[in-house]
Amino acid sequence: MRIVVAKPGLDGHDRGAKVIARALRDGGHEVIYTGLRRTPQEIVRIVTDEDAAAVGLSTLSGAHNVLIPKVCDGLREAGLGDVVVFAGGIIPEQDRSPLYEKGVRAIFGPGSTTKSILEFLEMVSSRKKAAESVGVGEQIGWRWNE
Amino acid sequence: MNETTSLFESAKSGDRRALARLLSVLEEGGTSPVENGSGDSIGITGPPGVGKSTLIGKLIDEWVSRGETVAVLAIDPSSPQTGGALLGDRMRMVNADSSDGIYVRSLATRNHPGGLMDCLTPMVDVLCACGWDHVVLETVGAGQSEIRVVAFANRIILVDGPDRGDVIQAEKAGIMELADLIVINKADLPNANRAAEAVKSALSAGSNIDVPDVLLVSAHSSMGVSELVDSITELQSSKDRERLRIRERLISAWDSALLTSNLFDESIRAIETGNMTLNQAVGHIRDKSN
Ligand SMILES: Nc1nc2c(ncn2[C@@H]2O[C@H](COP(=O)(O)OP(=O)(O)O)[C@@H](O)[C@H]2O)c(=O)[nH]1
Ligand SMILES: [Mg+2]
Repeated sequence: MRIVVAKPGLDGHDRGAKVIARALRDGGHEVIYTGLRRTPQEIVRIVTDEDAAAVGLSTLSGAHNVLIPKVCDGLREAGLGDVVVFAGGIIPEQDRSPLYEKGVRAIFGPGSTTKSILEFLEMVSSRKKAAESVGVGEQIGWRWNE
Repeated sequence: MNETTSLFESAKSGDRRALARLLSVLEEGGTSPVENGSGDSIGITGPPGVGKSTLIGKLIDEWVSRGETVAVLAIDPSSPQTGGALLGDRMRMVNADSSDGIYVRSLATRNHPGGLMDCLTPMVDVLCACGWDHVVLETVGAGQSEIRVVAFANRIILVDGPDRGDVIQAEKAGIMELADLIVINKADLPNANRAAEAVKSALSAGSNIDVPDVLLVSAHSSMGVSELVDSITELQSSKDRERLRIRERLISAWDSALLTSNLFDESIRAIETGNMTLNQAVGHIRDKSN
């Protein structure tokens, strides 16, 4: 799968995003790594131009409440409702359900293994094949439970 | 109208999503809506880490400031074991994600049996037909297979660094002979001048009558970038280099025909079991291939 790994927000390091990017590559995916400090509009542009099937957003700073929903909205507005959005980083329990409602399909915390991210992506592929909702603009409901 | 044609029509009218989808269709072997080989591209190659992506980022800024548009295909290797790839070139092209005059697409080599060329040429054709003023290919120039990729570009720029080790490697790989222009990047670091001199003397020692220019630039400070854009505009490939490139293209087309032949696997087995010699296998494939 072609996957964009992005790090929205202004905080200055991207170790977590890099770890995810490498793990996805080792799992056989094509990972487009975007570097630091991308705005939601830029992330939507990258997903469009790269014809990516999924985007992983890594955040640390608490910016997730604002930035992740903006990416989700932007993707839908750009007609990219079939793109799968997942998130990683430190996202407190109480902040998660609003993100799921925006169309995020999985949230991986600091304790998550790369194996479970890869399993999630396998599940995504099989849902896509079966035409089951999994994109950010498709019916909300299914999400990954670790 | 079939899928490719309608994507092409939308892409021509400026729909980036349609363009992106169309390139994916071509990458997967779809038929091109444009005449094969009608495009024109600039290949930028060189060892890993010399600053090709950063420099392309500066080139596109300069082109955009002159009112011209740029599309970049940034190619990185896929892992032969897992098939995965980490594509980090666009990260270095700072304004790639915001200007409408820039399109950047990251490509993995995907271990295509015949190399990437079968899909790269149609991609360049389509980008040109959609009106992008400059189409740039970034490839790692480190081995024979990568020379074959860049040989598909119409003009070739070799980027090197202040570290002389890189220069000698490139020389060995034969990329220097294909280059229409040689750029020594990281001129802000010590030894860049020395590297440029070393390249010049290596070039003049060779049999090449038509020696390419050697330019010093710094992608970090932007020194020399505007001059580089001017040189690219005027860049002409020589007959000798064009012939070398055609040679490489022919070899890769031949390889591709061999590797995708339905007789290839059969011949390997026949040689293995002693039913055929190497020469017989070559003759067999040459005569009978579809
Ligand atoms: N000092 C210096 N470093 C540079 C320059 N251009 C690129 N770099 C650095 O070289 C490294 C590799 O750059 P990149 O563009 O990814 O190289 P590529 O692998 O050839 O595409 C990065 O850390 C860049 O910041 C330059 O002009 N001067
Ligand atoms: Mg690069």
